[in-house]
Amino acid sequence: MLSVTGLFTEYPNEKGEIVKAAQDVSFEVPEGELFTLLGPSGCGKTTTLRSIAGLERPRAGEISVNGVPVYSSANGIFIAPNKRNFGMVFQSYAIWPHMNVFKNAAFSLEVGARKYSKKEIENRVMRVLTAVGLDHVADREATKMSGGQQQRLALARALVMEPKLLLLDEPLSNLDAKLREQMRSELKRMQRELGLTTIYVTHDQSEALALSHEIAVMSAGRIVQIGSPRDIYERPRNKFVADFVGLTNFLDATIEEADGDGYRVNSSIGALSVTSFDQYSRGDAVLISVRPEDIELYQARPQGVNVIEGKVDFKVFLGEVLDYQIMIGERKVLARAHPSFKSRLGDTVFLRMDPEKCITIQDNTQYRKAA
Amino acid sequence: MNRIDMDAAGQFLASPSAETRGWRNIDLKWLIIGLSVGLVAYLALMPLAFLLWQSFFTPQTATKAVEFTLDNYVTAYSSVETLKLFFNSVTFAAGTSTFSFLIGTALAWMNERTNTPLKSLFFALSIIPMIIPGILFTVAWILLASPKIGIVNLLLQGFFNTEYVFVNIYSMWGMIWVDGLHYSSMAFLIMTAAFRSMDPALEESAMMSGASVPQIAWHITLKLTWPAIFATLLILFVRSIESFEVPALLGLPVGIQVFTSSIYQAIHQYPSKIGLASSYAVTLLFITSIGIYFQSKLSSHGSRYSTVTGKGFRPRAMDLGRWRYLTAAIFVVYFALIVILPFLVLVWSSLQKFYSVPSLAALQNLSFDAYAFILTYPTMISAFVNSLFLAVGCATGVMLVTSVICWIVVKTKLPGRWILDNLASLPMVFPGLVLGLAIMIFYLNVDVGIYGTMWILFIAYVTRFMPYGLRYNMTSMLQIHKELEESAAMSGASWSTTFRRIILPLLKPGLLAGWIYIMIASIRELSTSILLYSPGTEVVAVLIWELWENGQYVELSALGVMFIVALFLLVMLAQIVSRKFGIKEN
Repeated sequence: MLSVTGLFTEYPNEKGEIVKAAQDVSFEVPEGELFTLLGPSGCGKTTTLRSIAGLERPRAGEISVNGVPVYSSANGIFIAPNKRNFGMVFQSYAIWPHMNVFKNAAFSLEVGARKYSKKEIENRVMRVLTAVGLDHVADREATKMSGGQQQRLALARALVMEPKLLLLDEPLSNLDAKLREQMRSELKRMQRELGLTTIYVTHDQSEALALSHEIAVMSAGRIVQIGSPRDIYERPRNKFVADFVGLTNFLDATIEEADGDGYRVNSSIGALSVTSFDQYSRGDAVLISVRPEDIELYQARPQGVNVIEGKVDFKVFLGEVLDYQIMIGERKVLARAHPSFKSRLGDTVFLRMDPEKCITIQDNTQYRKAA
Repeated sequence: MNRIDMDAAGQFLASPSAETRGWRNIDLKWLIIGLSVGLVAYLALMPLAFLLWQSFFTPQTATKAVEFTLDNYVTAYSSVETLKLFFNSVTFAAGTSTFSFLIGTALAWMNERTNTPLKSLFFALSIIPMIIPGILFTVAWILLASPKIGIVNLLLQGFFNTEYVFVNIYSMWGMIWVDGLHYSSMAFLIMTAAFRSMDPALEESAMMSGASVPQIAWHITLKLTWPAIFATLLILFVRSIESFEVPALLGLPVGIQVFTSSIYQAIHQYPSKIGLASSYAVTLLFITSIGIYFQSKLSSHGSRYSTVTGKGFRPRAMDLGRWRYLTAAIFVVYFALIVILPFLVLVWSSLQKFYSVPSLAALQNLSFDAYAFILTYPTMISAFVNSLFLAVGCATGVMLVTSVICWIVVKTKLPGRWILDNLASLPMVFPGLVLGLAIMIFYLNVDVGIYGTMWILFIAYVTRFMPYGLRYNMTSMLQIHKELEESAAMSGASWSTTFRRIILPLLKPGLLAGWIYIMIASIRELSTSILLYSPGTEVVAVLIWELWENGQYVELSALGVMFIVALFLLVMLAQIVSRKFGIKEN
């Protein structure tokens, strides 16, 4: 549905230096899916979104919707943002303070190329306001509303124009934690029900994992991995993705021999069986990523492979989980356990890691700097 | 254009307003932008260029054509007179600015940082001094403190039974006193803003570190407000060196000349010496430009100092104990000196047949003849209509044009937009009289048929108040988040729709405040008008000036009283209107 190909967007900053905000960005979004651009601040995700919106003019590339280009450097096409019919929710919500709720939502119907009758505008606006649960405050001053209500209004305003594409720029980042979770599931339900193709920009990995059909992780202007939330989380293709999405332990290792789907490696905490999606040969240096929640802790030595002995160095109680920092020789490893697992500092514990959860990663220095 | 500029231009085109289709929209957008830019450049540069040009030429006469000469500058700079002129101007300006600054700062500090009683009332009243036109304020102080008829002298002489002249307003000290008082309310407002923009946490943390009040005042408050202090002094210096009413009314009769009054005299003698006036004007312009340049440098530097928290806060007021009654008394005395006494003396004078000092005998002779005279004065109606037309037209025009200029400067990445900002601010350096002179010269030489009409006054007012309009709009424009505009574009609105339905309504607080300010300032305006009016195009301020020259003090007072009351009502009305229709601050 949306197709972005070879997109480059650059602009001069305050000092006149060129900021390479988006570099060779390409992706496809099928009809009805929610696609997330995920990355740290300054990675180019917002610029990419704004380029799709037409608020930034890219230097090169092509952006097309249903095969019709809205931007193409090769053909010299640039459709102005007000002619694209994309709905957008801004990070600040951009609710116009001089209009009430109804007026805010009705604006796009009043100014667009297509003319609507008064009755028609009212019907459409009220339908959308009802959908987001704001029909009872339609007459209220827009600035008198809470953060969550403003967020719904911004969404309503974007939806009322029946856009071809919905663009969301960190829409939940200004809400407090509780409300954010609530809005997140509402947003997901609404997107799935309407089947509206949506591009979502966020720096919050849990939002991205919770909402998306597909995620593109960006770093330094480039997309470093595209995949389903499960792919991104369980099979990070490089160190940056593994590090940015969730917590993980990185272990230096060298390949010993092939072993089923993976390899036997010699790691900084001892010999391990690991899973791999790449081909290696004996002696190759690799990085192993193990998520803290994939490390099981035992007081007595358990059965199975990948069992390592360590000492409890430090622990942090976080409510639903208990984080343990375990010393294995000189190496510290983070393990996440259920609070019922009780161990005192200095106690000997045993770690067991499922070989499926120990992933080899190409230690690509290109991403190391960005991380 | 280098690459960066190209990119910047591309960026500008890619702004939400950019269009590649729909030629009508492109036309309208670029037409409005182009017109505004052209207008600003024309208004700001043309008079300046002609003023400079004129200062290098001899006057045109029937027998001799103009020729190039340096004589004007030679005359201006080779005489001892000029040295005296320069000395007088600087003494006057330095005295006035220091005096008004000290008063204004003391009042601002008492108002912002102490628990003085009545201070909220005082702040509400602080706008009133701004309403009284300089010429009326000066005339009132002549009636109060002139050596012969001044009430203060007569009272003191009666009390001590002596002929000794206690105060003489016709002196350098008198000029500094009157002009200093007049500008003190401006100093008060600027310093109040400076005190407010400072985060009280900075002072509080010094207190928590164990500093005493004087230590805090010296090490924290003063050091942090230092850029604001110096910038305020500079702007007051510039305003006083270019003030015209006080030196003309108080200085000229006793031969104390400054640049502004000399420019006026050079034009108003026969044959008028436009060249000489121009060379004085260029000198004055040079001084004010330096002042404004450093002032703006300091102000932008100062903003780095003042840490604005954004949230409205009320710093902890210092408890003055019993001293607070003294500070309250100072408020009362100040208000009496700057508003009540001048206004009362005008009222008294307006109720007489012939001017006489207040006494029981004079009380018998009260009459409303002067008011009747003014209301039937032949040019009264037209002057009133002219003033109103100019004020409303100028305020509206300035605010609309500067809103577009502001949008370009703040919201686009157009290369060279800072030039536009500076161009629109340029008239700030023109003293009113110099601007009048420059515009007079320009339209005498470039005959487009507006010399001697209302339009020349209109152009002068628009030029003079453009920088103020720009500042008011700039403050509001900076507060408009760019996403508000972008979301309109995403909703399908064109540039002109966005400007009309989003930008202008959001600018409304600034637009209204600026509109009111410019309207009042242009109604009071005398120094620009004095060289540009002709019979039929008098404005009210000029009428007052004419009455003064004719020696009709009583009639002048009647007009003055009505003028002040009308301006006061206008300000009240404007405030009510803006409170009703302005956007509520959230």
